[in-house]
Amino acid sequence: MNQYELMVIFTPVLSDDEFRAAQKKYEKFVENAGGSLVAQTSWGLRSLAYPIQKKTTGLYWIMEFQSSPSFIEKLKIQLLRDETVLRHLITKLDKYAVQYNEKKRSGVETGTEKSVEE
Amino acid sequence: MAKNEIKYLTAIKTEKKVKKFCRFRKYGIRYVDYKDVEFLKKFLNEQGKILPRRFTGNSLKFQRKVARAIKKARQMALLPYDTDLLK
Repeated sequence: MNQYELMVIFTPVLSDDEFRAAQKKYEKFVENAGGSLVAQTSWGLRSLAYPIQKKTTGLYWIMEFQSSPSFIEKLKIQLLRDETVLRHLITKLDKYAVQYNEKKRSGVETGTEKSVEE
Repeated sequence: MAKNEIKYLTAIKTEKKVKKFCRFRKYGIRYVDYKDVEFLKKFLNEQGKILPRRFTGNSLKFQRKVARAIKKARQMALLPYDTDLLK
């Protein structure tokens, strides 16, 4: 059971409840495949650094979950088939990454703030 | 020939070399998050290109982690591939 982080950019055309419905769909997909959801945050509408498919904004959504490695392949196919998803990125989190995310969530300072201002 | 116009063979090293340090080892950062755009911008120049190690002073291990994180951020449109004025 590894820990993964999925980041998805949805098309900005989605309304709020469609956006939430899409999130629910993927959460259900993870849960009934035996995985477990750790956390999720949605950044909402954000402007993209460069246009993707002629769109300059996108709905960002990040989900952290634990699942078996074989599930990732199924998730990828699901994401590729979904047209509302502009782009997605699945990263495997090693133990430092997991600590970093926990620290980030609990507000404990992760050390990058110190080095940013100098 | 003017008295004061002295030609130096080698340029005078005026700019004091700043002691560079690997900020990751110094501040104990172990993971470079690709979502942390402000932090990653410190390793990019104005055109959005990745700065080499001799400017950032990173150790090899962390320079690779930063490069990988920047490329992921670019893939997810958090950072532009190239721009004219990033800062």
